[in-house]
Amino acid sequence: MTLEYLQNYWWVLISVLGGILVFLLFVQGGQSMLFCTKYDKERDLIINSMGRKWELTFTTLVTFGGAFFASFPLFYSTSFGGAYWLWILILFSFIVQAVSYEYRRKAGNVYGTTTYDVFLFINGCVGCILLGVAVSMFFFGAYFTVSRGNLLDPGSPVISQWASTHGFEAIFNWKNLILGVAVLFLARMQACLYMMNNIADDPSFFNRLKSRALIDGGIFVVFFLWFLAMVLTATGYTVSHNNDYTVVVSETPFKYFHNYVNLWWAGLTLLLGVVLVLFGLLKTCFSKHWTKGIWFTGIGTFLAVVSLFWVAGFGDTPFYPSLLDSASSLTIRNASSSEFTLKAMSYVSIIIPFVLAYIAYVWRSMDKKKLTPGELETTSHKY
Amino acid sequence: MDDLMTVVDWSRWQFALTAIYHWLFVPLTLGLSLIVAVMESLYLKTKSEKWLAATKFWMTLFGINFAIGVATGIILEFEFGTNWSNYSWFVGDIFGAPLAIEGLLAFFMEATFVAVMFFGWGKVSPRFHLASTWLTWLGASISALWILVANAWMQYPVGMEFDPGQMRNVMDNFWALFSGIAVNKYMHAVFSGWALSGVFVIGVSAWFLYKKRNVPFAVRSIKVGGWIGLIGLLLTMWTGDGSAVEVTKHQPMKLAAMEGLYRGGYSQGIVAAGLVNPDKTWNNDEDEYLFDITVPYGLSILAKHDLNAFVPGISDIVEGIDVNENGDTINTVSYAERIKLGKLSHEALREYDLARARNDRAAMDAAEQKLREYYPYFGYGYFDSVDEAIPPVGVTFYSFRVMVILGSYFLLFFVVALFLVYKKDWLQRMKWLQIVAMVSVPFMWICSEAGWMVAEVGRQPWTVQDLLPTKAAISEISSASVITTFWLFALIFTVLLVAEVSIMMRQIGKNSTKNLEIDNSH
Repeated sequence: MTLEYLQNYWWVLISVLGGILVFLLFVQGGQSMLFCTKYDKERDLIINSMGRKWELTFTTLVTFGGAFFASFPLFYSTSFGGAYWLWILILFSFIVQAVSYEYRRKAGNVYGTTTYDVFLFINGCVGCILLGVAVSMFFFGAYFTVSRGNLLDPGSPVISQWASTHGFEAIFNWKNLILGVAVLFLARMQACLYMMNNIADDPSFFNRLKSRALIDGGIFVVFFLWFLAMVLTATGYTVSHNNDYTVVVSETPFKYFHNYVNLWWAGLTLLLGVVLVLFGLLKTCFSKHWTKGIWFTGIGTFLAVVSLFWVAGFGDTPFYPSLLDSASSLTIRNASSSEFTLKAMSYVSIIIPFVLAYIAYVWRSMDKKKLTPGELETTSHKY
Repeated sequence: MDDLMTVVDWSRWQFALTAIYHWLFVPLTLGLSLIVAVMESLYLKTKSEKWLAATKFWMTLFGINFAIGVATGIILEFEFGTNWSNYSWFVGDIFGAPLAIEGLLAFFMEATFVAVMFFGWGKVSPRFHLASTWLTWLGASISALWILVANAWMQYPVGMEFDPGQMRNVMDNFWALFSGIAVNKYMHAVFSGWALSGVFVIGVSAWFLYKKRNVPFAVRSIKVGGWIGLIGLLLTMWTGDGSAVEVTKHQPMKLAAMEGLYRGGYSQGIVAAGLVNPDKTWNNDEDEYLFDITVPYGLSILAKHDLNAFVPGISDIVEGIDVNENGDTINTVSYAERIKLGKLSHEALREYDLARARNDRAAMDAAEQKLREYYPYFGYGYFDSVDEAIPPVGVTFYSFRVMVILGSYFLLFFVVALFLVYKKDWLQRMKWLQIVAMVSVPFMWICSEAGWMVAEVGRQPWTVQDLLPTKAAISEISSASVITTFWLFALIFTVLLVAEVSIMMRQIGKNSTKNLEIDNSH
């Protein structure tokens, strides 16, 4: 295994984790609907349906962060320390989520059920939008520089320097927000499809979920196509590496379009992903009782996300372009861990299929029976 | 950069705040998950609904605690990036791996099976449910392993070499991460979680005894919690002893700070109780203590398992005075010298960088050779004076004593609780002891947090021992940003802690009025 092979392998793994994370954001999507419910019973059903999966989304986010740290530490160092407020706001939204399911109905929760529902709503909206913003920066760049020599400056030893707005400039960049909004509505659409599959209640709830899936799905498609059009027509960087870990950058019009053409397998993956999402959504909406849409849109989402990561990082493309100093841009070559670490981590990654297998097994065992209002009345652990 | 030391100090406060809050919940997760798993195993073995009721009661409290532990845990991982970005680059090649492995190996296990634990009753077979409960405990314990391996590595950085081209450390031996410090630290932390949970279970059960409600349930819980707590505490003490030996070997300055010892010696006594003199510095003649009660030979035994061993004090270490294996006084590298050598290593790295820019291979080799020679003192190059390299003595000294004194008290606590609970109904009748058991609960948390204060304050000013001081590990952010987020974290954590404690109290109160004793055993 060469260093280059290992770097590619880890970029693929990161993209897989990213794809799984975006799929699992249906939990946040469900949370964002809490105040759109017609009856309290519906809100309870949504919360108890989402509440049995929130830990998986949370864990995937943590593992995504940990894997990025281990495999591309320069990204972790530059982005987290630089876009400080972006990441801090994401984290805040996940802190308040973590307790809300468990505490919302418990006697003595001090602040009342609605407060915790507001926390879940905030996480649902803010989490999705800001994660979309963070990923969008992979294409539209960020204002930072990297200078390893700073390490020897006792007055200011930090190697990565960021614009003084520290992440706010990314949050208020409309291009980034477009992906953020797309992710939010994708998550909401997936939440509807998941609940149609997971909850057995009267047909009116089912039908409301179906109409909402169509509306949210429609908004998602518009914003996603808008984002995709911007990405495909954007001028990106093409890099070549010097021996001293710096890069030589040239601007390339339609960079990501060319990447999709040159990396045909990424283009095919995107196409397949889009088709599956549209198929899952449309078949759900035009069938009377079909509930398997979530699996089609879920796999489609996963494929679309991994393909975006691939064109962001492969094809001599910096996955984190610097808008202040193009030579500081981060690539999977100059931002990665050493060969030794990547190799050691690769051995550990062999267990991933096993982890996925037991998650799938448990998921199946727990979701065999659909959630019903009756179960909520009898269960000993209700959110 | 915006006032460097303000950013450093607030970043340290923020990390300390997060870690302190996080550790309020983690030890209870580590121990209570074990207690619940044992109770559920007893339920499956006996088929007695009494054990099922006990399992479900403690599982509910586990769930309340688990959620907030998760909430505070995510921050710690990401703060390495947000507030310590230089650190994340400088040693990310080594430090990132345990965090990623933790996620893959432990978090998913925990997250997947905790859902079965709470929602799986009646949905999966009883055996599968029990397996899930044990796997939740295992996941939590494995998670702790990787985090503590990572923490131990910061205190004793091994298994890596410096790459001057990239100006960072790279891993060259994965297994070296499992050093003596790591093994001791892991066991010490996990077993202390068992002890803490034992105290918690006994304290809560004492409330039931005090109210004379669900007494058999309380007695059963005390037996399980008491044994697990006692075993946990004994193992904590054993591994604590091992930790002291490791600290002596690799972080002698921390040991000296724990003891408030400035001038060491042979057959060194240990201060059982005392007050350190705040005016004492490494280079003045003030007394070390305002008063002290010293146990002869104590520190020599603790540090080196040898009655007559030499233990150096802070001034000795700063001046480079130590004793070799033959007992001869030797001169090691003084701190003043280390600072000089550290600055030389910086200079060599600068030369290397310039030579690389010129593509001058010979100059690069020469600079690298010099760098390798001085690199063990690289971190000292950031200091201007020796004083910067000495940890806060008072906090370390007092925290150590709080930990040891309370730890000893809890040994007695477990022995008495177990003795009395097996002696007919003695514990049920002794109201004052029930009150003592309840009042003792928060002290166990103080004991546990004090242990971390010793470990983390005592290793200052280093994020990575000898290689990277905290002031060179930070992110390039404004002090206003860090101050704002510090207070935001303080507010949200406190708000959530209040809710957690309130819910716990209400759950305990509610269940003390229910009948948990319906026995449908077959």
